[in-house]
Amino acid sequence: MYKYNEFDEAFLAERNAQFRAQVERRIDGSLTEDEFKPLRLMNGVYLQLHAYMLRVAVPYGTLNSAQMRTLALLAEKWDKGYGHFTTRQNIQYNWPKLRDIPDMLDALGEAGLHAIQTSGNTIRNTTADHFAGAAADELTDPRPYAELIRQWSTDHPEFQFLGRKFKIAITGSGNDRAVIKAHDVGLQVVEQDGKVGFKVVVGGGLGRTPMIGQVLREFLPQADLLPYLESVLTVYNVLGRRDNKYKARIKITVSENGIETYRAMTEEAFMAIRGQYDGTDQQQLAEIKTHFQAPEFRSGSTEAFDAAYANDPVFRAWADTNLAEHRKGDHAIVTISIKAHGQTPGDATAEQMRVMADLGEQYAYNELRISHQQNVILPHVHKNDLPAIHATLKANGLATANIGLISDIIACPGMDYCALATARSIPVAQEIATRFDELKMEHDIGHLQIKISGCINACGHHHVAHIGILGLDRAGVENYQITLGGDATETAAIGTRTGPGFAYDEIVPAVERIVEVYMAQREGAEETFLETYRRIGMEPFKAALYPEAQKKVA
Amino acid sequence: MARAFTPKVITANDLLEGDVIYFTADDSWTRDLAQAELITDEADAQLRLLEAEKQNIRIVGAYLADAKAGPNGPEPTHFREDFRRTGPSNYFHGKQEAEANV
Ligand code: HEM
Ligand code: SF4
Repeated sequence: MYKYNEFDEAFLAERNAQFRAQVERRIDGSLTEDEFKPLRLMNGVYLQLHAYMLRVAVPYGTLNSAQMRTLALLAEKWDKGYGHFTTRQNIQYNWPKLRDIPDMLDALGEAGLHAIQTSGNTIRNTTADHFAGAAADELTDPRPYAELIRQWSTDHPEFQFLGRKFKIAITGSGNDRAVIKAHDVGLQVVEQDGKVGFKVVVGGGLGRTPMIGQVLREFLPQADLLPYLESVLTVYNVLGRRDNKYKARIKITVSENGIETYRAMTEEAFMAIRGQYDGTDQQQLAEIKTHFQAPEFRSGSTEAFDAAYANDPVFRAWADTNLAEHRKGDHAIVTISIKAHGQTPGDATAEQMRVMADLGEQYAYNELRISHQQNVILPHVHKNDLPAIHATLKANGLATANIGLISDIIACPGMDYCALATARSIPVAQEIATRFDELKMEHDIGHLQIKISGCINACGHHHVAHIGILGLDRAGVENYQITLGGDATETAAIGTRTGPGFAYDEIVPAVERIVEVYMAQREGAEETFLETYRRIGMEPFKAALYPEAQKKVA
Repeated sequence: MARAFTPKVITANDLLEGDVIYFTADDSWTRDLAQAELITDEADAQLRLLEAEKQNIRIVGAYLADAKAGPNGPEPTHFREDFRRTGPSNYFHGKQEAEANV
């Protein structure tokens, strides 16, 4: 795992000292809010509905146990005992006091964590497949490249004042778990003639105008990564619109100018820039790679696992749902659900963070991950340790066996916290999860992703959900629009709206009706919701959702 | 035709705590919406907002929010202001918690 060098440490300490002075000057009145706001945003500090919010980056979602304990410490000492993991592999604290934030940043800095570029019109935290370095289906660990991008983009003078935020995601596997097609730039590690490089996708994004990214380059040699990215950004900086902040996104630039023009300009810029890269970035990459060596995997029999799997149905249900295939056959990847039925998706208490940190240290070679699906992952676990891990998780309310199921919902903070929200998200997620738990249908329904956003900014990824829910304000009342058929994987698609929205107390029944249609129409339990939707289309769902409209047509 | 003016309160967030506060008739700030000044005249509303904004050193982002007169003082008319008055719905935190501790 990457460890910050002395330069990074000094940089962070200096940056935090600077911010501490800025906070003091805001408090004593020498800075106005207009002057202070851009400074606090540069350090991840928002002002939300009921309090400040501090957003901390978890670069490419990777943490060690000490860092997880630091996150717990922040929750306990300066917040209300919990933190909220987000779809961007960040953690948000919802209740810090302005005066305490510099202390929080110092504590983070000591653990090699920071809040830089978690906000503002800059290149944000580069996200990665949360199974990176562990998954059986992976070509190569993408995180050294993500770290290279982090070092290159952090405080890069040319990219501090982009027209808008800019997001990069990277995967080392063809099975996309990083939603690369819904990012400004998506990178997939690929191989050509025995050489490693990248497929480069640009112009994806959700929010107001959702779009699926397009391929800019089928194969980019790995040594060209930074000059090529720099070219993509330069073209965006030149061509991108600044007249309207909603159009200042690369997705708009690409769709207005066409992918061919974008490609031609990028290649031209690339030719001009490439020579300036003298190989130091490759030395830097080689150095970074030494920090991402796989751990010395234990080996041994998996008897204890096999016995528990055969004899304990609760363990078996959890293992079937929450484990993924590791590249070493006697290991597994564990996804810890922080979506217990009725809980706030993505919230973990300080105690739970410590429990997970202990498990990481004891059983997972001191490594943890945060997924964009708002869960926590132990990437490398010997199978024989799984029964013990499961027992500890169970004792701490962390053993919910629902990964990929209907209650594994992504939900943004919505109107319960967010100043931009037009409706609530969290209670909708809580009620859906509780309802399907009561019905005991969740495992029978199988793989189904519900994602909820509290406004058009789409932080909850609702556009790429199988069932997407968008909260809106209709004449002072909460109203929820449904989309169906979205997909966040390598076959990415934007969902289609079903029709008029639903009132707050109608939204859970509406989701139930959608699920009923699926259950009635599917060709056996193996056909997933998405497959059924793709086969039968929107109409049967519409008929169930809007029976009145159907009658009128008839 | 301009829309008829509806009554307003002035609200903001406290600089240090970030929590929701309301402007009172005597130019101070309260955490209780019921104690806020209900402004019923449009011209008056703009003047009072300027008055409130002078306290930039204590507050952030003052604005006029719709409210109506209730038996015990101003009440919200929109769900957003209702949530700001009480706190989040997933935990007993924010204003609802603060009030329980009084
Ligand atoms: C509560 C504070 C938050 C604020 C003020 C905020 C603000 C925004 C805004 C304004 C956008 C639209 C950007 C654009 O289209 O240019 C956006 C997008 C996004 N936000 Fe948030 N957000 C917040 C929290 C979150 C959380 C908690 C998550 C994860 C659960 C998140 C994840 C995202 C994602 C993934 C997008 C991408 C949409 C896209 O591709 O354009 N945000 N956010
Ligand atoms: S989608 Fe809207 S409501 Fe939800 S966190 Fe993003 S900005 Fe806030």
